[in-house]
This record gives sequence, structure tokens and C-alpha cells, in this order.
Amino acid sequence: MTEVVTTGAGARRELISFRIGEQEFCVDIMSVREIRGWTPATPLPRSPAFMKGVINLRGAVLPIVDLGARLGLKTAEPTARHVIMVVRIGERTVGLLVDAVSDIIELTDDQVQPTPDVACDQVKTFVKGLFAVEGRMVSLIALDKVLPEQEAEAA
Amino acid sequence: MDAFESIKATFFQECEELLADLETGLLAMEGGDADPETINAVFRAVHSVKGGAGAFGLDALVRFAHVFETLMDELRSGRMEVREEVVKSLLRAADVLSDHVGAARGGPEVDAGRSAALVEELEGWIGGDALGAAGEDDAEIDGLVFQPMQVALADFDAPAGLPDLDALLPGPIALPDLDAPAAAAGDVWRVTFRPRADMYLKANESGLLLRELARLGETEVELDASNLPPLDQMAAEQAYLGWTVRLTGEVDEAAVREVFEWVEGDCDLEIVRADAASAPALPDLPALDLPVLDLPPLDFAPASIAELPPLEPAVASAPAADPVEFDIAALIAKAQAAGPVDTPAPAAAPVAKPAPKPAAPAAANETKGPAAPVQATIRVDLERVDRLIDLVGELVIQQAMLSQRVGESGLARSSNVAVGLEDLEQLTREIQDSVMAIRAQPVKSVFQRMPRLVREVADMTGKKVRLVTEGEGTEVDKTVIERLSDPITHMLRNAIDHGLETPDERAAAGKPAEGVVRLAALHRSGRIIIEVQDDGRGINRPRVRKIAVDKGLIAEDAILTDDEVDNLIFLPGFSTADTVSDISGRGVGMDVVKRSIGALGGRISISSVPGQGSKFTLSLPLTLAVLDGMVVTAAGQTLVTPLTTIVESLTPKAEDVHLVGGRDAVIRVRDTFVPLVDVGVALGFRDEPIPAATGVAVLIESEAGGKAALLVDSIQGQRQVVIKSLESNYQQVEGVAAATILGDGRVALILDVDALVSTRRKPARTEKRMAG
Repeated sequence: MTEVVTTGAGARRELISFRIGEQEFCVDIMSVREIRGWTPATPLPRSPAFMKGVINLRGAVLPIVDLGARLGLKTAEPTARHVIMVVRIGERTVGLLVDAVSDIIELTDDQVQPTPDVACDQVKTFVKGLFAVEGRMVSLIALDKVLPEQEAEAA
Repeated sequence: MDAFESIKATFFQECEELLADLETGLLAMEGGDADPETINAVFRAVHSVKGGAGAFGLDALVRFAHVFETLMDELRSGRMEVREEVVKSLLRAADVLSDHVGAARGGPEVDAGRSAALVEELEGWIGGDALGAAGEDDAEIDGLVFQPMQVALADFDAPAGLPDLDALLPGPIALPDLDAPAAAAGDVWRVTFRPRADMYLKANESGLLLRELARLGETEVELDASNLPPLDQMAAEQAYLGWTVRLTGEVDEAAVREVFEWVEGDCDLEIVRADAASAPALPDLPALDLPVLDLPPLDFAPASIAELPPLEPAVASAPAADPVEFDIAALIAKAQAAGPVDTPAPAAAPVAKPAPKPAAPAAANETKGPAAPVQATIRVDLERVDRLIDLVGELVIQQAMLSQRVGESGLARSSNVAVGLEDLEQLTREIQDSVMAIRAQPVKSVFQRMPRLVREVADMTGKKVRLVTEGEGTEVDKTVIERLSDPITHMLRNAIDHGLETPDERAAAGKPAEGVVRLAALHRSGRIIIEVQDDGRGINRPRVRKIAVDKGLIAEDAILTDDEVDNLIFLPGFSTADTVSDISGRGVGMDVVKRSIGALGGRISISSVPGQGSKFTLSLPLTLAVLDGMVVTAAGQTLVTPLTTIVESLTPKAEDVHLVGGRDAVIRVRDTFVPLVDVGVALGFRDEPIPAATGVAVLIESEAGGKAALLVDSIQGQRQVVIKSLESNYQQVEGVAAATILGDGRVALILDVDALVSTRRKPARTEKRMAG
């Protein structure tokens, strides 16, 4: 477990960090419902490439977003070693496909610095901010943008 | 506050039911049912609404309900005849009453003009005098004028001490029949009846007994209050009152005794034959100050309330001059509201003119409840039921998965596990059926809203319409019920606005001026059928055809059968009304109805006979929670096609498949060519269609696009599947109606056949669908 010394001001919060490829990301722990192994998804017709399809989560139809693809990273076909993080986004429950879950991080808001301008638009849309943990850089993900826009799909 | 709100919510829930009862009763009355019980039921419904509304201080509602109730009371008592025009007024009043309830609930404001007009109309029927000052204050509303009266209690500084209650009472009160001569034919019985406290403890009711007695013949009831102790010595649980009843009628002693059968041990009862001549003559009614007044300062144990009603039935048996509302509950409320000192005791002046209220004791009962029939139903939050249904759905899936696994494991069919699993399967199915039955509801709830609609549309169009409903008890899943209302509304509007002729036109055609619209529900082969039939002019086929041609919906030279012409009205952009009317021409045509029904897996069609009317037939699945589907495979994906859309399946021969233009294929099915849609390609799962001969073609009939053949790799079989929404966690996907979970635990998509066929065509051209 990582010990983070929290000295600064701002609200303390807990995050779950996970890996996609070489990069490390995290989301608020409160939005994560469960973490489960990868099971093959039923593909959805005419959906964006990052939509892996839907799986059965104890009777609910759970859409799976390949978070790496969503962020514009290179992704491989998922294997049994991949992980689905079931997260709550607004009224919906969505599965995020990631490589592995690594850690629980505790930090305060002032430790997060805004995403620098160098990032491309895609990254800026999803990455709320960056922070350092033991020399590693972790990106904080804004979940509300992860699902595709309703309107775009309906058209 | 929360508790109050929740009671209020319960009240509104009850209001809904009461209003439904009200309307049902009124409609029965309109249909010529003059059964007193029906009229009573209506009276009780409006009375309960009023009572509840009073408790919540919903003044506007109370006032309106009061006028309504007063008129109902006139009808109930037989002072007024149940005439058709009166019932029609009442029906309109019921609409406004429900508006009032809606407004009290936070809905739209009531149309004050309409409400006032109806109040006037109702008062007109009543004759005005009974209701001169209706709704001016609460006391008036309850029909009682309370005159303040000093009642001093010994414990308080009462200089004169406590007056003996007997002094307050006019002594034994006799209420002889006003019109009935005492010398009526038959035997005369003298029944002396003095209940003991035990009788009330067992929830018996002297009032009811006296009323029973009154049914046997003419009665004169005398109250014996001589045992009533002074107020400060009165014990709430004790019984002090007794009655002497003089019963004239052709009854024998056994019949009289039977009335008291259940209480015989708990009262002093004496039944003797009396000489008619020795009947006490009571020419005048004493102006009685009935002792309705004395209980408030005491603590109100239930038994003491039980003491109250006997006074009223004593009054009840005499027929009367003035309709006076006598509401025990209100009285008690009044009494309780009054302070212990200087109690403005209700002097019950109007009661002096005895009110003939056969049902007044019943009303009293309602407030206390012991005699009301107990209905074995419970109210359950719908969410809980839905949750249960979801869970049972899971159970079914899990059970199917388990069966599949066991099958794969190679266990013998006779093994204990396999046998146990079969039992489990049976049980699961039964549980599913029972759970679905919980949510099944009669279509009555939807049908009930329709008479109002019909009245309004009829008024607006100036047509005379009678709505006949059939099969209201037909049950269907709640999910379907919710979606029935709109299409039925639309079809009814259409039937009245377009189908029925004006009274003049009808007369000219030799039909009765009043048009009949029939709304019926029935079960047929696992589906619910709704029929809306009118006896109007029928569809004007040449005109429909002309409009369709003018609007470019069909080719000018298209050869259509009569049926096909009739069904042109379902095409988008079709509207037959010359002028866009306020009623059915809101820019929403029958095509919208058809589409919304199609989305539910239903069908709608119309048949028509010129001059005799048209009939819409709507067919819907009984539930939207499960679906019978054909499981197919396309491009390696397992998919479900709704069975209702499938006409047949066939193995295509290469020579039957032809290309039209570059890519679009058609297949010859017997003598017609229908489009052949490769499902894998249509859904984007693969780029090139498979050779037709290697797959299976499923001939489907879509709601909008006629027939088409879906080309799939193979058919797995027919299965009932539980419908899962894609939208709840994701969004709608074109070509996919919903999802389900199959026996292997994986999600399978349910095809939206309509969209699939039209998606494929969309980029190609704007087709003339019905052409050819």
C-alpha cells in the first residue's frame, strides 16, 4: 500500500488507480461498484470502436467501454487477465475495461494539478488533472465523459 | 409532516379508486341500472372523497363534492327519480370532481367556470332549497347548524353544579312514522332492547339492529335514556341506552328474534305481542334536543363512540321532510374540537326533523369500519413488484444456465441431479407465472378513462355518442397497460371525429341519431386484442386513395385491395380530415399510433364497411417483460427475432435470389419478390453478405415495411426470453430492440426487425411503401 503524506489543504479523497498499457490512471473510489475479470462481451452493432459490447452483470445489461481505446491509446484484444471496473456514472452503470487495478491512493484536491496544455483534445476531455505518487504520474479520469454522446449516436 | 404527507398520499390513492367506483356506478346508472346499491355505492364514493378532503382542508374539493353528494342523496332517498339527464350531469360532474382531486394533488387548476356551471346545474336538479347556502362554512357543509349551549361541568367552576343529563334530555323520545298510519295491517310487536356493554365490546351495533328491525315492518322507536348517569359519572365503556320498538308488520316472533340472534346473550331483550289499539299515540314530534352533545369532555375510548350512533338510527326509521346530513364522524370531530368548558354543544336542531337515512348508519360504519367487508388485498409499491419480477427473471436465466451446464457435464438423465433440476425448472416456471400474474391488471383502469374522453369529444364535435365497453376484466401486464392509453385515446378520437356522422347525417342515412362506439378487450392466442368499432360512415376509399396519390404516398396506377386502401391511413403524412380539427388533427396521425404500437411488438389494422362503420383492431403481447423469440445466428452472433414478426422460414435456393441493381438482393418466395436482408451486414458485423444458399431465410412481416426476408447463418430454435433494456445503462442502438440473457449467461440482442429493414433501405431511396 502506498502511503501518501497529506499536508496540503483541500478535501481528502480516495482514488483507485489502474493501469492501461504503460500509463496509470485513477478514478474516485466512490464511483467504483465492483471489479471483475474480463468475460467476452456481445458486440453492439454500429457502435464506436471503444464500445466493446455488453455483458451480463447479474441480470443487468452492462455496456463495456475499452477505456484505453477511449483515451486514444493502443489496445490489444482483452484476455482473461484484463479487468472490468464496474463504475456508476450518473444514473448508469458501466464497465470500464482496463489492464489491471493497482492501488488505492489518498490525496487532497490541492495535490492535483491541471492537465497541461501539451495534451491532445482527447486526453483533455477525459483527464481532469495529474498528480505524482512516488515518482509516478497518475491521471485523474473524469467519468462523465466516458460514454458516447447520446445525440451523436442517435443521428 | 412526513406522516401527514403520506396519509395525504394514501388519501389521493384512495380517491383514484373512489372516483373509478363513482364513474363505474354512474355509468351503470346511465345504462338503466336503478339498483339502490349502485346509487348507494356512488353516494358512498363521493361521500368518502368529501370526508377525506375535509380532513385535509381541501375546501374547493369539499364544496364541489358536497353539491354532488347532496344530489346523490336525493336520488338515493328516492325523492328524485334517476333520469338520464340527471345522470349525464352527474357524469360531467364526476369529471370535474376528478379535476378537483387532481388540482388538490398539485395538478392543473380546475376550470372555475366549468365547475361553477356544474354546481349550478346540479343545484338546479336538486331544486335549490335543500342547498341554499351550500358551502358557506364547515358547519353548513355537514348540514348541521350548531347552536352553542352551555354545559357546565362540576369540576370546573360551575355555580349551578352539574345539571343532570336527564334534565337535558327530553325524556323518552318517540319518533312515529309521519305518513304511515299506525294501523297498518299485520302483527304488532313490542321489542324492548337494552344492550349491555359486552355487546359493544363484541363490535355489535345497536343502530344496525334497529335498522334491521325497521326492514321487517313499520317501526316506532322509543329511546330510553333513563339510565344515563350525570356526565361526570359516565363511564365510556358502559352502555346506558335502551330502546323500545313498536314493530308493525306481517312477521312472526322468530323473524324478530332472528334480528337479535348474535347479541341475544349480551342484551336484555323482550319481544311481546302488543295490542295495536294500545299503541301510544304520539301526534307530535317533540322538538328534541338529542343528547348528541355530551361526550366531548370525556376521554374518547372507542366504546364511547359506539355509544353515539344509536341515537341516529333511532331517528333513522322515520321518513322525513328535509334532507339533513348527519355525519357521526363530523360530529365527533366537532365535539372533540370543542373545549371542555363552555362546550358549544351541538344542539342538533336540524335532527329534529328526522332524516330518513337508511345509509347514514352505513356511513357511520365506514368511519369505524367494523362492519365493512374486508378486502383481502394489500397495497405494494410497484418498485418492489418490479424488483421481484427482475429477480425471477434472473432465476429463470440462472436455472437455464444450470441446466445447460449439467447437460454438458454428461450426467445421465436419470441421475438425481438431473431429476432435481427438472423439478427446479418446473418450480421456476410456476414462480414466473405467478409473479407475472401479480403485475397483471385488468384493462379496466384504462377503459375507465375513456367515457370522459368520449363525452368531451362528442361535445366538441356536436355528435351524439354512446360508448360501449366490453371485456374490462381482461388482464394484461402493467407494462402494457401503461402504454395502452394513448393508442386507445387516439383510436376513439378518430372513431368519433372521422368515423361517426353528425346526427343529421345519421338521420338522413336512416341510422339512430346516437352513434355507438364499441371498445372491447379480449385475449386471443397469448395476446391482448383491443377493438375500437364505430357504426359510422366507414372509410371513404376513393377519397383515401386520392389523398394517398396526391401526397405521393402511392403510385397513381397502384392496384390496391380494399383492405390495402383502408390501411393507407396508417402511412406517415396521411390525414383524412379536410380541416385540421382540434380533436384528432393535432399533426399526429395514425402512423404515430401504428409506430408506437409496433414498438411494443403489437400490430394495428383497420377494416371497414362503407356506410356501416370501421373497426380498429389492436393486438399486443400480454407482457413487455418476456418475449417469444426465434434464436438465430448471424456472423457468429446469437440474436433473437421476435416470433410475432416471423411468417415462415425457408432455405433459399441460389436461383431464387436475384440482385436488383448493385447490391440489393431480392428473393422469390412463391410468386412474389421480397427484399433479402443479410442480418450480419445490416448490423455491421460483416461487410459481405453470405451466399444465400448457405444460410436460412426468415420471412418476416414488419410493421411499416411490409414483408422482407432476413438472411441468417442458422436457426437455433424458439425460446421465451426475458427482455432487458439497453437504454438503462447505455442507449438505444439502431436495429436492436432490446437485449436478453440466454442460457449460457451471455447477452443476446433482440432484433428490431422494422428498423433493420428500413435502415437498409434508407440510404437507397424514399420508397413508396404500399406501391405494388
